[in-house]
Amino acid sequence: MSQQAVANNAVSPFKRILTQGKYESLQMLSNGEQLILAVVMPLIALFVLTLTNLLDDVAERSIDAAVPGVLALCVISTAFTGQGIGTGFDRRYGVLKMFSTTPLGKTGLIFGKVIAVLTVLVIQVVLITVVALFMGWHPNLWGIAPGILFLLLGAAAFTSLGLLIAGTVRPEATLAITNLAWILLAGAGGVLYPPSMAPAWIQPTLNALPSAALGDAMREALISGHFSIAGLVFLVLWSAAGSFAAIKLFKWN
Amino acid sequence: MSSVTPSLVIKELAKDLGPVPALDNRMLRVLESVSLKAYPGQVTTLLGANGAGKSTTLACAQGLLRPEGGTVELLGQDPYGDNPELRSRVGVMLQDGGLPPSMRPVPLLRHVASLYQNPIDIDALIKRLDLESFGTRTIRRLSGGQKQRVALAIALAGDPEVVFLDEPSAGLDPQSRQVVFDLIAELRDAGKAIILTTHLMDDAQRLSDYVYIIDKGCTVAQGTVAELTDRAAEDQDARPISFAAQPGLSLPEPPAGLYLSETSAGEYRLDGVSSPEHLHWLTSWWLQECILPSRLNLQSRSLEDVFLEFAQKEEHA
Repeated sequence: MSQQAVANNAVSPFKRILTQGKYESLQMLSNGEQLILAVVMPLIALFVLTLTNLLDDVAERSIDAAVPGVLALCVISTAFTGQGIGTGFDRRYGVLKMFSTTPLGKTGLIFGKVIAVLTVLVIQVVLITVVALFMGWHPNLWGIAPGILFLLLGAAAFTSLGLLIAGTVRPEATLAITNLAWILLAGAGGVLYPPSMAPAWIQPTLNALPSAALGDAMREALISGHFSIAGLVFLVLWSAAGSFAAIKLFKWN
Repeated sequence: MSSVTPSLVIKELAKDLGPVPALDNRMLRVLESVSLKAYPGQVTTLLGANGAGKSTTLACAQGLLRPEGGTVELLGQDPYGDNPELRSRVGVMLQDGGLPPSMRPVPLLRHVASLYQNPIDIDALIKRLDLESFGTRTIRRLSGGQKQRVALAIALAGDPEVVFLDEPSAGLDPQSRQVVFDLIAELRDAGKAIILTTHLMDDAQRLSDYVYIIDKGCTVAQGTVAELTDRAAEDQDARPISFAAQPGLSLPEPPAGLYLSETSAGEYRLDGVSSPEHLHWLTSWWLQECILPSRLNLQSRSLEDVFLEFAQKEEHA
């Protein structure tokens, strides 16, 4: 009997990835800590920035100044911190190894995680948008399409960076690094307010961060209706560099 | 056997792991030269002490590690890298399970099964392995044996042609162990190639059709259980006789080279029997003292004896 003649028993690549995407999404959404990070913290940021005068210089109305940055923060919460921590512990428990012995393979696993990030991101964006509209948000309609593009580019950049950390250090270190990075980026990384509001000496550093590129590009789009070429270039470069490093350095075991 | 195509062929496999801090961050060679074949309808066992290289051999065979030397052919293909078609025909039970702690067993099993066009009958498998008895708990709350059963179910979800089982009976209670052994026997009878590792000699002796003894990263012996034990018996110049009789017998002084003892109440053992004269001495004593043993056994070598002999040879080498 020729064993090579036996039919392939795997479902189609598309179905495998969708199935895994659903599984990963449910895993993310059933995790209480991740929900706090993905939903509660951005909502708190939205209320604080809207009900204070911290962003008075950014736009005429504080809600219009706050929402683009909060949406950018959602990307960092889900694609970087949430996904990084989940992947780090999956690696620790051998879950990545187990799934890579199934027809899913390593490629299917990564695509599954990307689908989960996008699914949770859609839920976050819809939720924040609905709440913000109730609070009186008036986005620039010309900026909606660029805004969606920048959210996707930000998701790509931060997913690759999250995977890079999760795949190279211990899960406890991933937990510490990604949570600390979330706090630093949210507080001083140019996400919630523009780097131009920071002291002059740190502005060049902030401008090079993917968080500032994403935050500024979202503000330019949703406040002014402009397409940020600089944001596009920076996010594409960060995505490429992060993906290259993750592919090279990620340890599955 | 030669007319049947082997499901797995490993030739002179070599693998380094590391870098190891204790070795000044140099790589450690864990596999020197492992060669083996596994056939459909057989249980092929890799037997060895902890750290002998069994799991690393399996990881290379499953395509999870890339070997430094030698070749691996799994169902005629190189298993390293993403190959969904090949993976759909192979089931793997990892030693550490690889189970997500926050999941419940049955939904996880159904999810894995959904990756295959023609999965095994999942409901029957759940019943067989009694997964529903702990189905409401998350995996982190399961005992070691329960996790083993879930990991085994996942390995079988795709109704694979080749099944890798790394220490499948570790942590199982006797009843679960029997269920798992019966399942492995059924899979073999259904024509699956089963490759398992164990350091438990009883399991290997009971389950295996063919055994490879791995020591220090090398294949040091191979054969059926009978071949290995018979070969050892042929090489052996002395073997023990055990018998049961009335407790507390007064033991005579045996001839030189023999040693007679009462190992427990009514259980006797004569070591060093290597000639008919020794048997004659024993039966003469029985005749003289009117002893009729209720049980008599000229002991054969177990797989454990064979394994220990190889280990001792290696130590002396």
